[in-house]
Amino acid sequence: MAPVKVRVQRDDFELAAEVQALLAGRHDIGAVVTFSGLCRDEAGTLSALELEHYPGMAEAEIRRICEEAVGRFSLQAATAIHRYGKIAPGENIVLVVTASPHRQAAFDGANFIMDFLKTAAPFWKKEHAADGSTRGWVSAKDEDDSARDRWTKD
Amino acid sequence: MTSVNLVYFAWVRERIGRDEETLELPDSVVTAGDLLAHLKTLGDEYEAALEHENVIRVAINHEHVEHDEKIAGAREIALFPPMTGG
Repeated sequence: MAPVKVRVQRDDFELAAEVQALLAGRHDIGAVVTFSGLCRDEAGTLSALELEHYPGMAEAEIRRICEEAVGRFSLQAATAIHRYGKIAPGENIVLVVTASPHRQAAFDGANFIMDFLKTAAPFWKKEHAADGSTRGWVSAKDEDDSARDRWTKD
Repeated sequence: MTSVNLVYFAWVRERIGRDEETLELPDSVVTAGDLLAHLKTLGDEYEAALEHENVIRVAINHEHVEHDEKIAGAREIALFPPMTGG
């Protein structure tokens, strides 16, 4: 089984360091895809996102998703890191790194992991407005469900 | 009666007003759906949190389940809204 690394943490992560760790000692990998998701300021109206998670299940669910992606796309390695707590605009929220002999599998694997992570990993975002008020919980989007469902069509 | 540990997240947690509790469930509560219906009889805060029952997601022992899943043997049951991470 290809190595799968999953972390759920309050602290930031370093893209280059995670790619380097994934590649350490490997000479068989031909393609690495990294995706990182960041907090947007929504045209200056948002001061922070607060991410709540379900400790234990969050890690377990992301691991299940990554392992499915490894099997489905024959990935050589996968890393997924998701932050929780208060995150300011411009800061990282999530990182996915996938590796494969050729590029398509790595692209598809990263896409698959993100589509399922958004709809199945137990995280919830609350928005804090720039004026100090709370805008409330972000609603789940239908297009995220559609993005996930395309992987189950024949 | 069976004792079960419940955990709540996001607006389900806020509306119920606590993040976890242990409840004694009557034997008539067999599935996750039965549990939601039972909770709604316990007070206005549960009614408000679980008003739109079909959007509430349920996890048993850290795994997603459908509302028709049996809850027998569950160590921990989580109730939460649709997820918005990533």
